[in-house]
Amino acid sequence: MMWFNLAKAQSFMPSQATEIAKQVDNLYGFLLIISLISCVIVIGGMIYFVFKYKRKTANDKTAYISHSTALEFLWSFIPLVIFLFVFAWGWYVYHQMRAMPQNALEINVLGKQWAWEIEYKNGYKAVNEIVVPINTDVKLLMTSSDVLHSFFVPSFRIKQDVIPGRYTAVWFNADKLGEFHIFCAEYCGTTHSGMIGRLKVVSLEDFNKYLEEGQEEGALPLAKRGEKLFALKACASCHSTDSDAVKVGPSLFKKFGAESVMDDGSKVKVDENHLRESILEPNKHIVKGFPKGVMPTFQGQLNENELNALVEYIKEMK
Amino acid sequence: MASHAHGDNYINCEKGLWSWLTTVDHKRIGLLYMITVMTFFLIGGIMALLLRLELFAPNAVQGVGGVLKDGNVYNQVMTYHGAIMVFMVIIPGIPAILGNFFLPLQIGAKDVAFPRINLLSWYCLMAGATLALLTLFFNKVDTGWTFYTPYSIRTGASTVLMVLGAFIMGMSSILTGLNFIVTVHKLRAPGMTMHRMPLFVWALYATAIIQMLATPVLAITLLLLAAERLFGVGVFDPKLGGDPVLFQHFFWFYSHPAVYIMVIPAMGVVSELITTFSRKVIFGYTAIAYSSLGIAAVSFFVWGHHMFVSGQSETAGIVFSFLTMLVGVPTAIKMFNWVATMYKGSISFDTPMLYALGFLFLFAIGGVTGIMLATLPINVHFHDTYFVVSHFHYVMVGGTLMSLMGGFFYWFPKMFGKMYSDSMARMSFVFTFIGFNVTFFPQFILGAMGMPRRYFDYIPAFEQLNKISTVGSWLIGIGFVIALITIIQGLRKGEKAPANPWGSKTLEWTVQSPPPHHNFDVEPVVTGGPYEYR
Repeated sequence: MMWFNLAKAQSFMPSQATEIAKQVDNLYGFLLIISLISCVIVIGGMIYFVFKYKRKTANDKTAYISHSTALEFLWSFIPLVIFLFVFAWGWYVYHQMRAMPQNALEINVLGKQWAWEIEYKNGYKAVNEIVVPINTDVKLLMTSSDVLHSFFVPSFRIKQDVIPGRYTAVWFNADKLGEFHIFCAEYCGTTHSGMIGRLKVVSLEDFNKYLEEGQEEGALPLAKRGEKLFALKACASCHSTDSDAVKVGPSLFKKFGAESVMDDGSKVKVDENHLRESILEPNKHIVKGFPKGVMPTFQGQLNENELNALVEYIKEMK
Repeated sequence: MASHAHGDNYINCEKGLWSWLTTVDHKRIGLLYMITVMTFFLIGGIMALLLRLELFAPNAVQGVGGVLKDGNVYNQVMTYHGAIMVFMVIIPGIPAILGNFFLPLQIGAKDVAFPRINLLSWYCLMAGATLALLTLFFNKVDTGWTFYTPYSIRTGASTVLMVLGAFIMGMSSILTGLNFIVTVHKLRAPGMTMHRMPLFVWALYATAIIQMLATPVLAITLLLLAAERLFGVGVFDPKLGGDPVLFQHFFWFYSHPAVYIMVIPAMGVVSELITTFSRKVIFGYTAIAYSSLGIAAVSFFVWGHHMFVSGQSETAGIVFSFLTMLVGVPTAIKMFNWVATMYKGSISFDTPMLYALGFLFLFAIGGVTGIMLATLPINVHFHDTYFVVSHFHYVMVGGTLMSLMGGFFYWFPKMFGKMYSDSMARMSFVFTFIGFNVTFFPQFILGAMGMPRRYFDYIPAFEQLNKISTVGSWLIGIGFVIALITIIQGLRKGEKAPANPWGSKTLEWTVQSPPPHHNFDVEPVVTGGPYEYR
């Protein structure tokens, strides 16, 4: 498969720091070769004809060839087969990119004009720097506090828009130690091009050390902050947190990841976005058997960090 | 009309500025569009040169250039460059200039079906463009031509003005489309069946369908955006309970088909050029004609390929990737047909043919990189990087603009009754073609390396390629200056053009150059196909 590696060497892609990156580059290498062959056929054919059939006299007669069904079928069918093959290969790789791993290390990312705010589970916060352990599934739970951003790590071949008002997620498993660029890929205003971060891949020991040393004294883990907020906002008076007991509203115990039936009969998977919506716009979807209009909205009363904390607290009720 | 006494062609049959501003002659309206679009192209082009100059070196604020004061100015210039080139140059370009002028001539009609609406559509473009460009004198728009929410809701208020301008320019596009559809159906000369129409007409017809069906969606979207800003209607702003991604769906539902509004007419022009300058019947007439319609139809169902990383579901991504692959097929068919047309032809290298060959070259590259971008995981890496910038410039500039220039030099003798200097025109081609590749090929590599688009500044690793790209932009600039000089010289002291300088077979070449006021003194009767080179 030497020709294959050769294509990669010419591809100018950034260093590969994940298994997915290698898969993407293999597909890209294949596409480069196919593209090169197609261009040689089309452009080469064109150049050959141009010189071979150059006009000789002002009154040249030409052949009257209006069409050829066989040829036309071939040059429709062959590209179609190639395109479908490429599509299927792409689907296979894309599915792996999008299928979130279970039990991944979760890190919250908040995009804002013009920086990346990072928060780890233990409550440690950083700006424009993410440190992750090598060979570990890492899931970034991302949202934005203002406009669209896009989280892009070229060496990992991952990119995901970061959207205000909802969570999006991206995962990776880095297999190379080192520092990699994080770019903002969705135009976000004045200093869009300065919204650059670093993603550091370190050993597991170094990662643990980083979190411990960076931790400020007295800083609470994310879930603990959520628990405090939960009490402060009096959520507990309507939602039980340690049993299935129904108070005024549905219990939140072990709800995360389960399916919940809404009053219109639809089924919703309880994920981060569902929790977020239920806090900010509680009357948009009501759990079956509960009245509408009872829970007050918290839109505008919680900032993104507080929302993250609450969501994390509810996630950990198990 | 008393004016008939003045002269024997459409240019000298009436005199005075007023006669031009109130004309309902499709040929004169074509020239009005030409002057307008050339002016906008000049403005948009100068902005492009400024952008490239800024990107000549990183840290430009402290360093070399600092041509543009800061990121804000860069973002504004970037926005106007995109909006002007898309809404005021590439979309009206071929249909409104060459289409207006030659669609009626090619089907043997005296004019378009609704001459007054035709003039109205030019005034719509002017009004919309004026409104949009007025913002240059207030707080300048910096949203990018895509107006993505919620940024466009938060930034300067003149975005509303720009958006309304684009709305009105959309009206112009709809009216032109309507006019062309009716003209093609109702005004063909006796014997001019649908299957005897020149392929340029087929292409304009397919384009007109898209203009009619897609542009209203843009209009609604832009109005919603304006309503959101003015009255706080919360459709797109998450703070008001809206969904910013919905805007992208709406926007691309128009703007993807719009890509074909831009490129299908170019394909039509190239079909004319290749058959004429190979002096040979087009290969696969039916396939080319219907693949235009095929592309038009599928183009409505691929908008989601602009949104693979926007947060849309995995399933949506897969469906859109599949459908996008399908658009590749009719496009490939056309490429092969054009090359096959040259087989056993008698090929001359007049300037229009050079542009057509340039089109094939650049469009092939634009096409294969399009397939790369349609492939999901590759798109994830390339999305919103310079790879995309380069890809769509290869298609829009390498494709549409090359073909507009080729078509212009092809029909110039007919339009003005004069010849231009062929050697000058070829020189302009050489500069634009080489300059284009020098500018944009490095951008593919920059994109692969990970340089995101719409960046005012960049990390040092990207410097070399950006420098090459900027130098290329100067070559393109020189190419267009030469083209402009060629045109002006040709207009001023070009030799008188014969009725049919290239030996073409379509109807517009059967009348004198420039054509008479009513196109045909005797209504033509058509007895055969458009490219009967026997």
